[in-house]
Amino acid sequence: MNINELKHKAKEIRLDVIRSIHAAGSGHTGGSLGLADVFTALYFSILNHKPDQPNWPDRDRLILSIGHVVPVHYATLAHAGYFPKNELITLRKLGSRLQGHPGRDHGLPGLELSAGSLGQGLSVAIGMALIAKLDKKNWCTFCILGDGELQEGSVWEAAMSAAHYKLDNLIALVDRNKVQIDGDTESVMKLEPLKKKWESFGWHVLECDGNNMQEIVDSYTSAKKIKNKPIVIIAHTKMGAGVPEIEGNYQWHGKAPSDKDIENWKNNLK
Amino acid sequence: MEKVDFIGNISTKQGFGEGLKIAGAHNPNVIALGSDITSSVGMDIFANAFPNRFYSLGIAEQNAVGIATGMALNGKIPIFSTYGVFAAMRTLDHIRISLCYNNVHVIIGGAHAGISVGPDGATHQALEDIAALRALPNITILSPCDATQTRLATIAAIEKLNGPVYIRFGREPMPNFTIDTQNFEIGKAQTLRQGNDICIIATGHLVWESILAAEELAKQGVSAMILNMHTIKPIDKNAIIEAAKQTGAIITAEEHQITGGLGSAVAEVIVKHHPTPMDFVGMPNSFGESGKALELMEKYGMNAQAIVQKALSIIKRK
Repeated sequence: MNINELKHKAKEIRLDVIRSIHAAGSGHTGGSLGLADVFTALYFSILNHKPDQPNWPDRDRLILSIGHVVPVHYATLAHAGYFPKNELITLRKLGSRLQGHPGRDHGLPGLELSAGSLGQGLSVAIGMALIAKLDKKNWCTFCILGDGELQEGSVWEAAMSAAHYKLDNLIALVDRNKVQIDGDTESVMKLEPLKKKWESFGWHVLECDGNNMQEIVDSYTSAKKIKNKPIVIIAHTKMGAGVPEIEGNYQWHGKAPSDKDIENWKNNLK
Repeated sequence: MEKVDFIGNISTKQGFGEGLKIAGAHNPNVIALGSDITSSVGMDIFANAFPNRFYSLGIAEQNAVGIATGMALNGKIPIFSTYGVFAAMRTLDHIRISLCYNNVHVIIGGAHAGISVGPDGATHQALEDIAALRALPNITILSPCDATQTRLATIAAIEKLNGPVYIRFGREPMPNFTIDTQNFEIGKAQTLRQGNDICIIATGHLVWESILAAEELAKQGVSAMILNMHTIKPIDKNAIIEAAKQTGAIITAEEHQITGGLGSAVAEVIVKHHPTPMDFVGMPNSFGESGKALELMEKYGMNAQAIVQKALSIIKRK
């Protein structure tokens, strides 16, 4: 897909994120919308994958460490053809394959990991990248982290080990929306200087506007060329991106839209 | 009934390392993850034999559990080992979600289990690991009784199972008495002695103490049966129910807190299926301290004498 097609796809995915969380009556709207551009870029431009063969051995692996934004992962997987889009409205309901946080035990195709307890996904991604190296395979492992999640100490255990093993087949992305449940990340627990932190742990750091499709695609394209170091993209996003009514508002971290919100937002989607 | 033949003292961690090396030779997908104390847990035996399949991960146990998960999801069989206190409890949420919820085939070696770790003191004596892990779905918990059985259990965990496994073993050289040709099957308790007055259900190092206790009880006219419960989860319900029916009195013996360990697992079966007078030999809701292994086992009531005393008193309740 070219950039314009990707932008259009991201808008469709946002609409399905909103519809599915609305149908569920609970869920994480803000972060899911903020990552819609990143997920669209990954599944429609960057990842080497085959939706009709979810377990294709040579596929790139995508590990979602922040399981709470899984509605955007589900919507993207459905649009990519992993399962029917009409299943999206079963999100969080009894018997659904679309669990509130990703659960592989329910059989949804395309999920690499059951996750949602923060601070665990990067380690799993590293385990995968080590095996690709050991078995001399060319697939890459991608990992999506939240910025608040970086307050978990285990993330830094993982960061240390990825650089130790020079995992240039591992590309992490930090959703730097600068907010978490209690408010602004810098007042809850300061993360800055974030770029320097990752650099001092031995990572190659890229930064981009995580709601600008061209910048996302360019960052991933240049990340793939880096050698001998793991790569992290600090993606500056807006919580609720694409919906002007809620952009940047941390109160939308864990809130579902009402009937009225849906009506108001539908025509304003950017 | 399984044969018993004392052949000297060997540390159970030696059995773990040997088991890893044997399974590693059988299967190139076996991988070991070291947490700085590779030789203390017996893993150096594998690392020296297969250096390209050994990863040093430093003192970062939570990361090791996640890395093991990622490897297992890609067809490998990773073994991660450190002291039981860290292996089971420092990492507990990572074991719960990454390992158990994903139901991946990873083997965790919990070394230095029990009070017999000795001089290192309370911080390093794993006495709550079984309780912490026993509540988790999907996990198998093994607690072999000597070095030979630890070797067989390690190989079986790698070759016969598909989900997460915790194997518990100790540091001190302890009596080695099971034989190579024993019938070791995960989930199936071994009868080491027949008896009619009481059944001692023991695990780990306390199986040997139970053998000593049964000999002492025999001198006092009490006929004790012994079950070696080398698999704590899933527990062998049938063996427990049969023993309760046959003897009418049960004593459990373990190097672990009484709360939540083997004794609790046995009690859950007894209460539901065949209520029987019962007592528990184990750590009495306390932290340990420094001392020699045998001194500590005596002080905290986890040896043959403690089993004999409690056995004699429980029989009176029949």
